[in-house]
Amino acid sequence: MKTFTRTLIFISCLLMLTAYFLPLWHIGLEAPQYPEGLEMKIWLNGLTGNIDQINGLNHYIGMKFISVDDFKEFKILPYVFGALTFVGLLAAVLKSRRLLIVWFAGLCLFAIVGFGDFYMWEYNYGHKLNPHAAIKVEGMNYQPPLFGYKQLLNFTAGSLPDTGGLLVGLGGVLVAIAIFYPPRRSSNHTK
Amino acid sequence: MKILNYKLILPAAAFLAGSALTGCKPGQGGANTDADAAKKVYVAPGKYDEVYTFMSGGFSGQVAAYGIPSGRLLKVIPVFSQNPENGWGYSEETKPMLNTSHGFVAWDDSHHPELSKTNGEDDGRWLFINGNNTPRIARINLSTFKTDEILELPNIGGNHASPFCTENTEYVVGNTRFSEPLDNAAGDVPIDSYKKNFKGAVSFVKVDKESGAMKLAFQLIVPPFNYDLAHAGKGPSHDWMFFTCYNTEQAHTLLEVNASQRDKDFVMAINWKKAEELIAQGKGTKTPAKYAHNVYNEKTHSATSVMENETQTLDVTKFPGLVYYMPCPKSPHGVDVSPDGESIVASGKLAAVIPVFSYKKMLDAIDKKQYDGTIDGALPVLKYEAVLRGEVKKPGLGPLHTEFDDKGFAYTTMFVSSEVVKWKVDNLEIIDRSPAFYSPGHLSIPGGDSKKPYGKYVIVMDKITKDRYLPTGPELCQAAQLFDISGNKMKLLLDFPTIGEPHYAQSIPAEKIVKNQVKFFKLAENTNPYAVKSEKETKVVRNGKRVDVYMTAMRSHLAPDNIEGIKVGDEVYIHVTNLEQDWDVPHGFAIKGANNAELLIMPGETTTLKWNPYQQGIVPFYCTDFCSALHQEMQGYFRVSPAGSNVPIKFSIGVNPVTQ
Repeated sequence: MKTFTRTLIFISCLLMLTAYFLPLWHIGLEAPQYPEGLEMKIWLNGLTGNIDQINGLNHYIGMKFISVDDFKEFKILPYVFGALTFVGLLAAVLKSRRLLIVWFAGLCLFAIVGFGDFYMWEYNYGHKLNPHAAIKVEGMNYQPPLFGYKQLLNFTAGSLPDTGGLLVGLGGVLVAIAIFYPPRRSSNHTK
Repeated sequence: MKILNYKLILPAAAFLAGSALTGCKPGQGGANTDADAAKKVYVAPGKYDEVYTFMSGGFSGQVAAYGIPSGRLLKVIPVFSQNPENGWGYSEETKPMLNTSHGFVAWDDSHHPELSKTNGEDDGRWLFINGNNTPRIARINLSTFKTDEILELPNIGGNHASPFCTENTEYVVGNTRFSEPLDNAAGDVPIDSYKKNFKGAVSFVKVDKESGAMKLAFQLIVPPFNYDLAHAGKGPSHDWMFFTCYNTEQAHTLLEVNASQRDKDFVMAINWKKAEELIAQGKGTKTPAKYAHNVYNEKTHSATSVMENETQTLDVTKFPGLVYYMPCPKSPHGVDVSPDGESIVASGKLAAVIPVFSYKKMLDAIDKKQYDGTIDGALPVLKYEAVLRGEVKKPGLGPLHTEFDDKGFAYTTMFVSSEVVKWKVDNLEIIDRSPAFYSPGHLSIPGGDSKKPYGKYVIVMDKITKDRYLPTGPELCQAAQLFDISGNKMKLLLDFPTIGEPHYAQSIPAEKIVKNQVKFFKLAENTNPYAVKSEKETKVVRNGKRVDVYMTAMRSHLAPDNIEGIKVGDEVYIHVTNLEQDWDVPHGFAIKGANNAELLIMPGETTTLKWNPYQQGIVPFYCTDFCSALHQEMQGYFRVSPAGSNVPIKFSIGVNPVTQ
């Protein structure tokens, strides 16, 4: 394993660790009467932002109240992600290309499962509405977008990666580069 | 008599004929308004004004905040008068603010707003305002636009020369319009013993640098003149405070004639620094006095009123070097100090010149003892010529008040001749004049009484509006007029109606205020003893005839919304906490037939309405501030049972199937 590859892995691991200090994702809401906007930030281990205000608005349409305690994910995620990052570090220390591939596969799996889970929560929040809600719009669901923007009644909801998410993403790209570039030519230098 | 009539009619007829020819009646405004005026005052929807102007509400007892250049009314800040719109002076938390030594006085006459100053510049922290009628000084917090403190002043009647502040807001002052016997002198004396028994008392109110808290530090006992206005020195004249006095004749009846006899009245110069030193040396006399001190606490959202019983006084005739008088042409109103602190401009309401005094020459005259007699055998009157820098000649009739711009010019309102006159401070030459509509009192230039005027605009406050707006019966509004003073010539841009009678205004660039704005009160920091932080804590508690309702308000319900067990003759206190933590989401609370007002509760605040149910039945209550699409549903009922009935206290909101 070339020093170049190992450096990439180290940088990638550092980027991954920012997930513990920076928000990964954010959902923003904007409406005429909320010119300053409302937002919810998703971290590796919880939520921050205008949760109370968002819950206050959601009750008109009968959306379930958002509460950190309802998400078991936040209890497990820091460990899973920590373990993954550790595999990365190990790959660099042991100069193991196999571990590197395991790590990459793990990260890909993590991303797929993560986004799938995120989508399911959004789906449930947006579709399973309380029948007693004050505002009912025929055929309307309030599922926020997984990525990008969507109009939900008077609100424009935007769902985009936050700083931590961007850095982790960049880390993932670096791992991909470490594996696929430069191509196999360097294999004779590895063990 | 016939000849006299004839003499009057002839020129009048000629005048009318002349106006018919030109097709323009004299006195009708608009002629001097430029075509681009509208553009200069247009603030597009959603854009902010450039300047806040705080105008006294005059006999409304309040203060109003306007945006300049648009002239939009932004807020009426309740100060000395009850305000049913938001329950000021009606709610249990704010009632103590209107307490005085004369009991609950729910009205006043507010005249002179004064912005707090740091290094002689407006700092945008507090606005002080006087209550003229029942002598008081209020402090408004400009981060919340709420009145935080009201201090009553003893020993005076008509707190008119007030509340002007020193260069770093070390003190705000208050002095009497009506001299009277001191409070502890009981005062049952013949009114014609005025000269012997009546006094003035200049109050120096100390202002805490950090909190703004006020304290009556000392009072100077001065001759029984009428004191009109004041301004503090700045820069070189930092240690001095100047007051205009009229009725130096010391008349006590028909002042119109009897107080207008002398050709000259005075500007009273007080060395406040020296007074402060004398007090520090223990030279003050402790004098009994009763006055209320009311403080509003932002954390408990409630006010307390404490009755003070003592003041410190200094008889100025016993301490040489404290007070000097500068003769000033007839009945002076404004006394204004130039930004460099060197020129002192006084305006005699009945005079036809504007004297400009020199601070340096004043010190010189004091040094050389250039006296023109004394008052009460002890207080030196300085020679007019010795202290005068010069007179602005033929400025118009009835100069009232002067403010300064950033280019070395002064602007004076002429009450009698209804105009604004611009003159140059260094050579006292008149540069420009513009009609005002009509009878202008004070004027305001942003920072115009500070060390650093912002210039650009002058706002003139008019007492009469006559033909300016659509008529509204016999009572017409007062108005303010906005002039562009960025060029050599003043240009009238706009006039707009105002609340009450605006006496004086203070104007300040918006950014100094906007940056400090509180958007909501943090619920977690609310320490009102009746606050409830969640709907789960709401309750109704009976204690004898007193019933306390701990209620919450949030979009879009009040909790509890069904309350039973109230009886005729109970005293019910409804404590409503607004649980919202969002900007601009107050909730209102009103009860059918309640004999006071409503509440308007800010996000995170707790406010209490006292209600005396007097007949049995079902009584609805509701939110008055359209807060959401379900505002109309934000309501509930009290059940009032006959006195002596055994209906138990019961309260509910039912189960909310949406939030559970």
